[in-house]
Amino acid sequence: MDFAGYDPAGGRPGRGIVSAKIVVAGGFGVGKTTLVGAISEITPLTTEALMTAAGVGIDDPSKVPGKETTTVAMDFGRITMAQDLILYLFGTPGQTRFWFMWDEIIRGAVGAAVLVDTRRITDAFAPLDYFENRNLPYVVALNRFDGAPQYEAEEVREALAISSQVPLVMTDARHRDSVKQVLVTVVEHAMLRLQSEHGRGFPTPVG
Amino acid sequence: MDQRRVDPRGALVRPYAVTRGRTEPRQDIALEAVLTASPTQVAESRFAGHDKHRIATVCEGRAQSLAEIAAYTRMPLGVARVLVADMVTESLLTLHTAAPAEGFEERMELLGRVLSGLRRL
Repeated sequence: MDFAGYDPAGGRPGRGIVSAKIVVAGGFGVGKTTLVGAISEITPLTTEALMTAAGVGIDDPSKVPGKETTTVAMDFGRITMAQDLILYLFGTPGQTRFWFMWDEIIRGAVGAAVLVDTRRITDAFAPLDYFENRNLPYVVALNRFDGAPQYEAEEVREALAISSQVPLVMTDARHRDSVKQVLVTVVEHAMLRLQSEHGRGFPTPVG
Repeated sequence: MDQRRVDPRGALVRPYAVTRGRTEPRQDIALEAVLTASPTQVAESRFAGHDKHRIATVCEGRAQSLAEIAAYTRMPLGVARVLVADMVTESLLTLHTAAPAEGFEERMELLGRVLSGLRRL
């Protein structure tokens, strides 16, 4: 089932502006910011969080050697879809030790795309584990790099040990249409998940 | 994207000095929650201090998320969140809702709108 005919778009007067977000994860240098930049209406912005303040009670700043505060940066972009609807795309900080920031980024998110570079496939393990653990719907997007070995989708699925339920798409993070397709897949997958969990009487899962 | 801080105060001011040391916002505001400021609110924010006025100016005429406010003002996220939450309480900013977290129908409607919005791009 897909949602090809599903189009409840239209204004919602008097209900304010609603925003939603999709998370883009993956290892360092895999193309997260490139992907965001390919479709965002603004040049991707960077916001910074200070670990000592934001991580109180969650992370122990004293474990970060030689530093009292650590700055965690994340990049994000924006797509204004209607006067009352804005979609944000948030890239996760590269290092997985900044879990507190990931928790903040995925809270309320529609879903996530995990960007994978076939030359460094193990970089995807941490985000995959994390999203599975948090029950956030995600899709895997293989970023095609020039000169990188090309694998069949099934080989990659096996290497990543992801279930057949998880959509796997090929992408070129530099190209808007390709990125658009990744995001469409994320939303469709999130809708299917929501529907099936609703049908089974589960509470609505949100990051 | 290596935009270094141009804030002339730079690292000479401890980050939470502008919030008078408070690190807990009065209300939790999601990263993607959007805020707007009317011309009246922007005018009133002049009396609330330089940092709040900057925030109101960023939100004038264009809805901006907490994340955008932090990026454009070059404030750490936590600092921006404390100030923005204050400004909502003080009616200097209007807070709009982030995605509804609960309710199947509401969630499906939102996802459907996002999906058709993406397809139209």
